[in-house]
Amino acid sequence: MGSLKGAGIMDWEQIHDRLEKGEWAFGKQELLEIFRSKDLLRLGKLAHWLRLKKNGNKVYYALNRHVNYTNVCENGCLFCAFSKRKGEKGAYLLGVQEILDLIEADGNVDEVHLVGGCNPDLSLWYLKEVIRTLKNRFPHMGIKGLTAVEIAHIAKKESKSFEYVILSLKDAGLDALAGGGAEIFAEDIRHKICPNKISGEIWLNIHKIAHSCGIRSNATMLFGHIEGIEHRIDHLLKLRKLQEETAGFMSFVPIPFLPKNTKLQNTVGSTAVDILKTVAISRLALNNFPHIKAYWVMMGLSLATVALHFGADDLEGTVLSERIGKDAGGEDSGLMNEDKLVEIIKHSGFMPVRRTTLYN
Amino acid sequence: MGNGLKRLTLQDALRLYNTLDLHTLGLMATGMRNFHNNANTVTYAVDRNINYTNICVCRCRFCAFSRDEDSRDAYVLSKDTLVEKIRATKEKGGTHVLLQGGLNPKLPFSYHIETVRLIREWGLHVHGYSPSEIIFFARTYEMSVDEILAQLKAAGLGSIPGGGAEILRDSIRRHLSPKKAKTKEYLLVMEKAHRLGIKTTATMMFGHVETVIQRLVHLKLIRDLQDKTGGFTAFILWPYQPWQNDLPYRKTQAVEYLRMLAISRLYLDNIPHIQASWVTQGKDVAQLALYFGADDMGSTMMEENVVSAAGTKFMLDEASIRDLIYSSGFVPKKRDVLYNILEN
Repeated sequence: MGSLKGAGIMDWEQIHDRLEKGEWAFGKQELLEIFRSKDLLRLGKLAHWLRLKKNGNKVYYALNRHVNYTNVCENGCLFCAFSKRKGEKGAYLLGVQEILDLIEADGNVDEVHLVGGCNPDLSLWYLKEVIRTLKNRFPHMGIKGLTAVEIAHIAKKESKSFEYVILSLKDAGLDALAGGGAEIFAEDIRHKICPNKISGEIWLNIHKIAHSCGIRSNATMLFGHIEGIEHRIDHLLKLRKLQEETAGFMSFVPIPFLPKNTKLQNTVGSTAVDILKTVAISRLALNNFPHIKAYWVMMGLSLATVALHFGADDLEGTVLSERIGKDAGGEDSGLMNEDKLVEIIKHSGFMPVRRTTLYN
Repeated sequence: MGNGLKRLTLQDALRLYNTLDLHTLGLMATGMRNFHNNANTVTYAVDRNINYTNICVCRCRFCAFSRDEDSRDAYVLSKDTLVEKIRATKEKGGTHVLLQGGLNPKLPFSYHIETVRLIREWGLHVHGYSPSEIIFFARTYEMSVDEILAQLKAAGLGSIPGGGAEILRDSIRRHLSPKKAKTKEYLLVMEKAHRLGIKTTATMMFGHVETVIQRLVHLKLIRDLQDKTGGFTAFILWPYQPWQNDLPYRKTQAVEYLRMLAISRLYLDNIPHIQASWVTQGKDVAQLALYFGADDMGSTMMEENVVSAAGTKFMLDEASIRDLIYSSGFVPKKRDVLYNILEN
């Protein structure tokens, strides 16, 4: 494969032609070269063309609610402004009835996003109970929940296999696995920002097992902290490889790091240009992922609407009561509702489509 | 056009605005931006806003800053306060003061002349008095616009800000700002200022009750005058900020701002500079604006009372503005009010 550059300038037509021919499996060097070109708008245009081919003029959103069932976490990741130690002031673990009441209070939601921390008091019984009770009370509500990190935590605590835990939760009514905890797979970076978290390899393995159990999932990437562009590309390529094997991922969610209230406060965080390029390169690298999400709580609403023109096709949703992003300085989801979200999508030039957890 | 691009008609501009995708519009605008400006640099200024009074008889419907004379928080800045603000501007390496205020009938003309002189004594350039203020002075002090301009210039006024243009169409102005200078008056002040050798900027506030065509006609009025005088240095547009006032209109989204910015850059082919408005758009969208035709990041302002009164609060110091430019992929260059670059 020759260079993507002609006379030192990125050859966008060549890239376009290759994509037309279905040769979308760009290599690491090629993706790096594309990312490093200063041509924000040509990259965006290419990503937009790909997203139009895949998802047309649609922008997906969900009426959803986040339930962070506990904020107690043993991992102590440096980028997190949400977690507390057991016994620390403000630490909590919600009871099953509390979770039910929270959702009841919001009325009609299509999806609940259920994630928490690695709380030493957690049990598989509790999680199954939460999921089973929710499913009984709200049979039409999709339950997307638990990250690979939580699955690993429970498996270890209960001395069960990942597969056993996943199948137990599926049996209780879990519809999809959440994509969090992926951060950056590269071990040297991971070791610095989340030394106690499961490795990238285990994260990928848990998703592989979930897919083989018939549980679909999302994947995230936390970027804009101490990693380099090569680590982002490496992350994307690992996801692309697994997706080639399983086709179990639904959407990819690039999450810009927000430094406020974290142990990495001195990090500058991402800039708008960097965020849009990352969204666009994700669309390009992950051609086998159906959806790319612009998670507006972390990106900011303005930038998220622009990201819809840079490869993203999903605005996530109303995300009522989101806590993790808000604690790190993200936009307040308390101000969002369906009418507003629909108007924003239309105004940005797209057709709003209310989705379920599995994009039906 | 010397850059090989065909001059856009209003119909061309409308067609491009309605049909081109966001990226193509941005790429075309970048072509025009780079015809007028160095492709790799983005300029900014260090200055301070001084709003000498918030008492205003205009009371435009979208304004959250102005007060009636008997309001509890009405003010007129004293000489001491002015000196304090001017000194702080000098200390921060400021080159000029953006001096604007409400239409306050109690202030004598001498107050303005003295204010301009005071700022000049400190060696700062005075960028002051928007057309609505000039028209109001002419009426209140029973002098001609020429006389007002000549006297302010003699006192040291260096340039005039283009604020208050809103949308240059009287039916809209009657609705939004019935007591403000009319379209003809705005353009008259600008033309007379240019003839006296006073450079000005031009602005547009959009996204309230106007149509896209009315925005484009606004651009045409500015382009036509620029063809005659060449006195506009820069164009600045910002979306109407719909908080804390009685207009029920929606908030303009980032995508629409970027599209409008790009079409303005393309249509206003005779105006050298286009500013990004971080004060209304925030850092993220201001950075993107640099890819949609803007070549300038505005200024530090130090204090901002008008937009912030409407609920949007961003402040950036010089270092932050430089970072913002640099991390967008451009080299920051400090400039003065007339866009002379002050560093190598």
